Amino acid sequence: METTQSIALLPAREHLENLVSDILAEAHAQGATASEAAVSFGSALSVTVRLGEVETLEHHRQRGLGVTVYFGQRRGSASTADWRATAIRDTVQSACAIARHTAADPCAGLADPDRLARDIPDLDLYHPWPLAAEDAIALARECEAAALALDPRIRNSEGGSIATHTGLVLYGNSHGFCGGYPTTHHSLSCSVIAQDNGEMQRNHWHTAARDRDELETPVAVGQKAGQRALRRLGSRRLSTRQVPVLFAPELARGLIGHFIGAIRGGALYRKASFLLDRLGTPVFPKFMTIYERPHWPKALGSAPFDNEGVATANRDVVADGILQGYVLDSYSARRLGMETTGNAGGTHNLIVEPGPLGHEELLRQLNTGLWVTELMGHGVHLVTGDYSRGASGFWVEKGQIQYPVHEITIAGNLNEMFRDIAAAGNDVDVRGGIRCGSLLVEKMTVAGE
Amino acid sequence: MTTDTLTLARHQLLTPAGLGEDDLHRALSCLFGHAIDSGDLYFQQRRAESWSLEDQQVKTASHAIQQGVGVRAISGEKTGFAYSDELMMPALLEAATAARAIAQQGGEGRLQVWRASQRPALYEPLDPLDTLTAEAKVELLEKLDAEARQQDPRVTQVMVSLAAAQDTILIAGSDGTLAGDVRPLVRVNVSVIVEQNGRREQGGSGGGGRVGYGWFLDEERALGYAREAVRLALVNLEAVPAPAGTLPVVLGPGWPGILLHEAIGHGLEGDFNRKGTSAFTGRIGERVASPLCTVVDDGTLAHRRGSLNIDDEGTPTQCTTLIERGVLKGYLQDKLNARLMKTALTGNGRRESYAHLPLPRMTNTYMMPGEHDPAEVIASVERGLYAVNFGGGQVDITSGKFVFSASEAYLIENGRVTRPVKGATLIGNGPDVLTKVSMVGNDLKLDAGVGTCGKDGQSVPVGVGQPTLKVEALTVGGTQA
Repeated sequence: METTQSIALLPAREHLENLVSDILAEAHAQGATASEAAVSFGSALSVTVRLGEVETLEHHRQRGLGVTVYFGQRRGSASTADWRATAIRDTVQSACAIARHTAADPCAGLADPDRLARDIPDLDLYHPWPLAAEDAIALARECEAAALALDPRIRNSEGGSIATHTGLVLYGNSHGFCGGYPTTHHSLSCSVIAQDNGEMQRNHWHTAARDRDELETPVAVGQKAGQRALRRLGSRRLSTRQVPVLFAPELARGLIGHFIGAIRGGALYRKASFLLDRLGTPVFPKFMTIYERPHWPKALGSAPFDNEGVATANRDVVADGILQGYVLDSYSARRLGMETTGNAGGTHNLIVEPGPLGHEELLRQLNTGLWVTELMGHGVHLVTGDYSRGASGFWVEKGQIQYPVHEITIAGNLNEMFRDIAAAGNDVDVRGGIRCGSLLVEKMTVAGE
Repeated sequence: MTTDTLTLARHQLLTPAGLGEDDLHRALSCLFGHAIDSGDLYFQQRRAESWSLEDQQVKTASHAIQQGVGVRAISGEKTGFAYSDELMMPALLEAATAARAIAQQGGEGRLQVWRASQRPALYEPLDPLDTLTAEAKVELLEKLDAEARQQDPRVTQVMVSLAAAQDTILIAGSDGTLAGDVRPLVRVNVSVIVEQNGRREQGGSGGGGRVGYGWFLDEERALGYAREAVRLALVNLEAVPAPAGTLPVVLGPGWPGILLHEAIGHGLEGDFNRKGTSAFTGRIGERVASPLCTVVDDGTLAHRRGSLNIDDEGTPTQCTTLIERGVLKGYLQDKLNARLMKTALTGNGRRESYAHLPLPRMTNTYMMPGEHDPAEVIASVERGLYAVNFGGGQVDITSGKFVFSASEAYLIENGRVTRPVKGATLIGNGPDVLTKVSMVGNDLKLDAGVGTCGKDGQSVPVGVGQPTLKVEALTVGGTQA
């Protein structure tokens, strides 16, 4: 087997800076009164090993260039993967052609200059992993093998996978801002199938970090995937009932994601949210606090500035259950008559303050009810808050797990679900931009047999 | 004719880069000398645009060009893959060198002579972006906005989007495949919010296909989306909480065919069955549905969103019978899985772009019509759910459990459709849900052309369809226990 290195060298930052300034200059030359541009480069190596054999070995290398031009309050956007001068000219031209036909929008425009990041802190987000293909294969194999070795009932697999990604994005605008920084993202995952008495159950686990030293070990990931598949064997259905529901941390993160979706500027100014006009009012119970910490070193959601160059900053989104602020970019902020919150592109490390209880204690507090470990489908309506999704997990009685359950749904309304959260766990899932422990919701409808 | 699209693709993709067929041969040859069974090059250029309206004005639009070449090398069950966004010879050779790294040196693979196939085209190789002027696009969006607003004073927000893409692809494979396609795709979406006494509800509708924008103007098609979006939102204003529990469900014709896509289609994709990870593995010839059910995957329907002249490996698409009168007949295949399972190709090898590997994917999946008048089907239900519109769905192919979420549904009481109920997720078990189909309507309908299917992080356009059908028992995830 040939040795191949995963890391195609990042292009010189200077080269990308020049590209950004070329694009902005071209926009100016074509008559734009303001413009903004982003140039990105990414490279990745990913490997999947299935039943001990390499299944796929993929080399990714992607470039991108995007520009938005403004002619007064009219705007147009265009993008391409081609970095040549002719492509830049054509792309700017496409954006300008669009801007001739769009309506003037008083809220359109770049971020206000005084909100742009001045000092750009180094958040320690770049930890390249010069991983040779053979080594990647060995790690993926070790990960899957740990799952397969766990129990004879694990005989089949969707594989162990590893991926390492390196990227550099530069953003600049005609206010004179130009910023960018390299980042890395590494992950290891495993998905296996447990079989018994003709039943098949699949489950997976993954770990992700900016620094490979912060990944869980291949053996730990494989074993977790295996244990998670095994514990689903013997799944039964439940009869229809109303019960308390404990959401596992990786799913609780999703609930918080729905909350963010409903306080995002776009949903608010379109009045397409169940959380309209709730600023300063309780959305969660008093014990809950949710804050944003964009500058945590090495964290997956960290960013010194947002997608329009606005400096990010620590802030409370929910304090003592009360909604303190929305998730806004410059445009939606202007629509709402407010100030941007530095969230063009999303939130940056949103933290649900952990409560005192761990998983076992939460099961005891749940007492008799459903512990949900997997959700399916898209039955979440942010306009109304109506929530109805397929679920699997475990039936719990008196704090003790009784048996796995599947082919059921859980339903409620997010407004009431948020209000009725009885506990937030300290079993925090750190694998994404939202960090949250388990959440216990007092009452939901389970539909089943 | 394919030869025409091949010529167009060659002109669009290879000529500007100064590449000829000899160069393709050289790049593929570079894969060999290693123990490679087969390999292919996938050249692609995508031009896309989208225009959107809100607050009664077209405020944003964007244009995107994407191009590149993906190089794949296959050795046994191993696949090596690399791509480049430069359509130049050095980049092509570099990608080929990276892709072949999965195999040991010293193989004896051989290149076959180019073989171009021909078939009647299912759609014109047009550039849909140019089928209306910018002024006409803006005008269409504004017209849809006005149409939605004039339906009812309770309409408070209207969002309309118009999107088009042209994909030009060229595939050169070591098995002698040399094929090209030019694929237009357009779509219109209308989403509205209505408000009454402080209650807000949303409704959406849309459609599209492999046509030019002019299609939306025919028969006031796009105006119909605007009216439909408002109708749906108003229905939801009246909706009461949905029931929770297992009950008879009548599914309307058309888009509810998402049931087939989730419950049956994914589980019959070749990769899952080769690996033995699907709940349908090894069940060909077994009864998996009631004898009323015949389900096909058909990539050859003219102008449909899910249709393709050739799949992304250059195989002509076809109509594949998945279930015939209740018996499982076949799987959906790409080249890799067909070879490993020693079955015929079905033209289902699809990829999101040159930067993704092909996988067995659906095209247009639908159930053949039965004999019942739809009214009879509804009249046969004492207490149940009549679900006529859906959002998305999802399936766990290993356990077979699938969900799909209703966005327009009604209670059936004593054989009559009564009150609308709020959207709810329906859950069932793929391998047995169709065994519970007790009536099939005579009203087969295909969806309006809005489906997008996701698998392994890759999105591709698909279609679904079905006649009205009755499932004796499905679990409805409402809140009314």
